[in-house]
Amino acid sequence: MSTDTPDSTTGDAPGGDAEEAPSRAELAARVEELESQLSEVAADEGTKKMSIVATKGTLDMAYPPLILASTAAAFGYEVTVFHTFWGLDILHEERSKNLKLSSVGNPNMPVPNVVGALPGMDRVTTSMMEKRIDDNDTATIEELIETSLDMGVEFQACQMTIELMDYDEDDFYDGVTTGVGAATAIQDMADADIQLLV
Amino acid sequence: MSVEFDIAETLDVKGASCPMPVVKTKSAIDDLSEGEVLEVLATDPGSMSDLDGWATGTDGVEMLDQVEGDEVYKHYVRKTE
Repeated sequence: MSTDTPDSTTGDAPGGDAEEAPSRAELAARVEELESQLSEVAADEGTKKMSIVATKGTLDMAYPPLILASTAAAFGYEVTVFHTFWGLDILHEERSKNLKLSSVGNPNMPVPNVVGALPGMDRVTTSMMEKRIDDNDTATIEELIETSLDMGVEFQACQMTIELMDYDEDDFYDGVTTGVGAATAIQDMADADIQLLV
Repeated sequence: MSVEFDIAETLDVKGASCPMPVVKTKSAIDDLSEGEVLEVLATDPGSMSDLDGWATGTDGVEMLDQVEGDEVYKHYVRKTE
């Protein structure tokens, strides 16, 4: 019935395609190649990775990325934090020590928005928060940055926003990576087990 | 619970709050040798859950015991590798 069975088939190659069976040496080489790829994958999976994008520069929003970054580093994660727009201020050595808390836009603030909008109110609410941070022995932003850097967290300052904000590379903490853009962040996110936008 | 192991080092993080107890524990463990036990003294109530979670999620460490004392939480972590 079947007309595609060649007469010359010797019996050990069902289907009898024209392709030649790979030699033993070829198979051995292929196995070796796959094994080396597998060990690369296994080694890669051994390192857990976290990628955070930090976009906010108010005092309250500076804490979450730093707390998560340092804690993940303590878990053995390889952590990168990509700072862009107002998030750059967290890495700015001078500005990071003067981050402000907004007294408007947050209904949980102890003052009504209409009062919070008065001149000088941001300074008042920021001082209140700073006092609480001090009273509670909560780490300062500077401490968290230094600790994270010590633990191997990579802080990246978005080049486009450095120029937009007219900052200088020397304005940032020692150890901060500059000269990176969105593609670097995407690459980190693609490789990461945890990705966060703060 | 009685303590049945030798303590190689004691880390005092009393007063410190999240994330410092975990972060400093990690650094202190790095300085120990395999098999040694670190005692961590903390006042942060969150340290009970946080240090246990850290030990569970981190390779090379094992939480031996956690003791809730008078205002001080004691944690005993062994470096396993």
